[in-house]
Amino acid sequence: MSDGTTLPPLSLHIPEPKARPGEAPDFGEMHLSPAGAVQRPAATAPETDLRFYPYQLIRVLDDEHQALGDWDPKLDTQTLLKGLRYMMLTRAYDERMVLVQRQGKTSFYMKSTGEEAVAVAQAMALDRGDMLFPSYRQQGLLVARDWPLLDMMCQVLNNHRDRLKGRQLPVMYSARDAGFFSISGNLGTQFPQAVGWAMASALKGDTRIAAAWVGDGTTAEGDFHHALTFASVYQAPVLLNVVNNQWAISTFQGFAGGERATFAQRALGFGIPGMRVDGNDFLAVYAVTAWAAERARRNLGPTLIELVTYRAAPHSTSDDPSAYRPQTEAAQWPLGDPIDRLMRHLVACGHWNEARHQALTRELDDYVKAQLKEAESHGTLGTSKHSPDSMFEDVFKDVPIHLQRQRREMQEG
Amino acid sequence: MAAMNMIQAINSAIDTTMERDENVVVFGEDVGYFGGVFRCTAGLQKKYGKKRVFDSPISEGGIMATAIGMGVYGLRPVTEIQFADYIYPAFDQLVSEAARLRYRSGGEFFAPLTVRSPCGGGIFGGQTHSQSPESMFTHVCGLKTVMPSNPYDAKGLLITAIEDDDPVVFFEPKRIYNGPFDGHHERPLTPWSKHAMGEVPEAYYKIPLGKAAIVRPGEKLTVITYGTMVHVCLAAVEQAQVDAEVIDLRSLLPLDLDTIVDSVKKTGRCVIVHEATRTCGFGAELMAVVQENCFWSLEAPIERVTGWDTPYPHALEWAYFPGPDRVAKALKKVAEA
Ligand SMILES: Cc1ncc(C[n+]2csc(CCOP(=O)(O)OP(=O)(O)O)c2C)c(N)n1
Ligand SMILES: [Mg+2]
Repeated sequence: MSDGTTLPPLSLHIPEPKARPGEAPDFGEMHLSPAGAVQRPAATAPETDLRFYPYQLIRVLDDEHQALGDWDPKLDTQTLLKGLRYMMLTRAYDERMVLVQRQGKTSFYMKSTGEEAVAVAQAMALDRGDMLFPSYRQQGLLVARDWPLLDMMCQVLNNHRDRLKGRQLPVMYSARDAGFFSISGNLGTQFPQAVGWAMASALKGDTRIAAAWVGDGTTAEGDFHHALTFASVYQAPVLLNVVNNQWAISTFQGFAGGERATFAQRALGFGIPGMRVDGNDFLAVYAVTAWAAERARRNLGPTLIELVTYRAAPHSTSDDPSAYRPQTEAAQWPLGDPIDRLMRHLVACGHWNEARHQALTRELDDYVKAQLKEAESHGTLGTSKHSPDSMFEDVFKDVPIHLQRQRREMQEG
Repeated sequence: MAAMNMIQAINSAIDTTMERDENVVVFGEDVGYFGGVFRCTAGLQKKYGKKRVFDSPISEGGIMATAIGMGVYGLRPVTEIQFADYIYPAFDQLVSEAARLRYRSGGEFFAPLTVRSPCGGGIFGGQTHSQSPESMFTHVCGLKTVMPSNPYDAKGLLITAIEDDDPVVFFEPKRIYNGPFDGHHERPLTPWSKHAMGEVPEAYYKIPLGKAAIVRPGEKLTVITYGTMVHVCLAAVEQAQVDAEVIDLRSLLPLDLDTIVDSVKKTGRCVIVHEATRTCGFGAELMAVVQENCFWSLEAPIERVTGWDTPYPHALEWAYFPGPDRVAKALKKVAEA
C-alpha cells in the first residue's frame, strides 16, 4: 500500500454451510428473537420508523405454545382450527401425491412439508379477491382458498380432466378463479409480474392487492430486483414474500447472500418496509401478512416479507438431500414444525386434544384418498390424455395457418 | 479406454482440462459440492477444491457476466446453466457482451468461456425442461454452438470448447446422457456401455469444432442432423430401409459445409432433422446452404422433420417428439420423389 505496508494476497470467499452430511446440524448462529419480543408498529407507520425490523424475527408462539406480544392476531378458535385443518390437508395431499409419483402415475412432484404455515396463513390473512403469484411450493394457497383437490390432482396426473390439457409439469397449477396465477417453471418471473398487476390495480382505482412468493435461492435472479425497483418506485400495493427455507436444491441460502444480511434487509435499499417473520409460526405469519396487506390497502405501498422456515422434504421427487445436508437437520430446525406448533397451541388453550387430532388426521387422509380415487378414474399420466390435436391450441388465440398445417401433418402420421 | 456414459465423458473432459490448465474454473447452480443435478461435475470440487469448482447464486445473468469478467482476467470459466430452458436470463450477457467483446475491442478483450447446458426433451420435463434453443445462439455472430451425440464426441468436443478462445455454447441432449435413445420410448434404453462411442479414452484428446461425422455412409439420400436425433435417424433409416448417409454435425457453428455439400452432391437428396421447433430453426439454415451449394445436384425437394412450433407439452411428449416414424416417412418420401 502507499504507506509501505504489505498486505497478504487476495483470496476469494466461497460460502460454506455450517454442516454437511455426517456432520451435526448447527443453527447456533441463527438470531431468534423471543416470542412476543418484537413490537407491532401501526400499519400506517412511516417506513423510516420500520428500519429495524429486517434484523428481528417476529414470533408469537413461544416454546410453551402460548401466544405472546402485540403481534398476536387474536384469531378466534374457529379460524385457528381452520388454519390447522388447511395445513394438515396440504400435508396429507403432499404425502399422497408423492406416493402417486412413486407408483409411476405421474412424472414429478414437489412437497411443501414444513412450510405449510406460509401459504395457508398468508392466504387466510389476504382477501379472496387479492391476486396471488406463487412459486411451485405454495400449494397451500389453493388449499386455503378451498380450491378442489380433485382439480389439483387431475393436473398432477395430467389426465383428461386436467384443465391445463396435460401441458404442464405436475404442480405447475393455474387457477384463475382462485386468484392464483399460472406457475412458471422459470424461477422468479412472477415476482415483478405481481408488481405489474398491483400497479394496474392502483392505476384503475381498484381495492385489490397482489402478493407474490419466491424462494431464498431465487432472490439472486434479476427479476427479484426488478420487482423491488418497480414496487418501490410506484409504491405498488403488493406483498413480496421471500420464503427462506434455507435451501435451493443443494445450495444453502448463503449463496443467495444470506450469510451477509437477512433477506428482509434487501428492502432497506429500496426504502420499503422489510419484515422478517418466523415462517413456522402460524400466528406470526398471519399477523405480519395482515399488517402488510392493510398497509397496501391504505395505499402505503409494498412490503418485503422474509418467512424463515425450513424445507423439510427433498427439493422434488428427483432430489436426494442426503447427498448434501445432514439428514437430521430438519428435526433440529429451531423453529419446529408449523402444524405441530399450532396444534400444541390449540391444545394448550384447551380447544384441541390428541384424540381429535388423530381423528382429523384420519379424516383428511381418507378424504385425500377418496379424491384421488376419483381423480385416477379420469386417468393418469400416459393412460389418458388430451387429443394430440390440442397441442396446437393456445399457442395463439387462434390457430395460425402454419400450425394448422403442422397439425394436419401430425394427423397424417 | 473406459466405458463412459455421456455424463462421465463430460466429467472426464472437464477433469482433463482442469488438470492441464489451472486457469480452468467451473461454476454454476448446484455444480460444486453436489456435482450438478445431472452429476456432470461430480467429484470435481473434491479433487480441485472450492476455489476452482464452486456453486453459484441462482442468477444465470450473473453467472454469464462473471464468467466474462473472469475470462477477461485470464481464467477459462466453464459454467453450467442447469437447463437450456433457463438460459434466457443470461441471453443479454451472451449475445450483447460475450459474443461481441473481441469485435468491439478490436481484439483487445475476449471471453474464452464455455457454457454447458442440458437441452432437449423426452424426459417428461414439460415445457421448461425440454427446450432445444440452439438456433437462438447460432443466429448470433460471435458465438460457437456445439451439440454432441455420444460420449466419445462429448469429451473431445468439450475439451476443444474449453480451450477455445471464443465463447462456446455447449448443449448436452439430456435424453442421451445414459444411452443412445433412438426415439423408441416404449423399449428399454441401451446403455452407452453397449455402444462403440461409449468407449472413451481417459486421456486428453480433442475433436475440432466444425467437423461433422458421417455416422452411416449411404448412397440414396443424405440426412443432416445432430444430438439425440442422430440416433432417431439411424433407427428411422433401418425402419425405412433406405440407404441413407447420416451426417452428425456435432458443431453447428462453425458448420462443416464440405461434408454436407459432398454428401448431397453424391446422393442428390436431403432430409434435415432436429428436435427444436421448425420456424427459423437450424434446419432452415441447413436448407439454405444445401440449396445454395447443391441446387444443380438435387433430385427432390429437401424435407425437414422437426419439433412442432408449440411449447413442449408434458403429457403429449411423444406426439411432439419427432420420432422414428415421422423421420422414416420423410426418408421414404424423399427417396421415392
Ligand atoms: C431461471 C431458473 N433457473 C434455474 C432453475 C432450476 N431450479 C428449479 S428450483 C431451483 C431452486 C430454487 O430454490 P429456492 O428459490 O430457494 O426455492 P425452493 O425450491 O427452496 O422453494 C432451481 C435452481 C429454474 N427453475 N429457473
Ligand atoms: Mg429455498
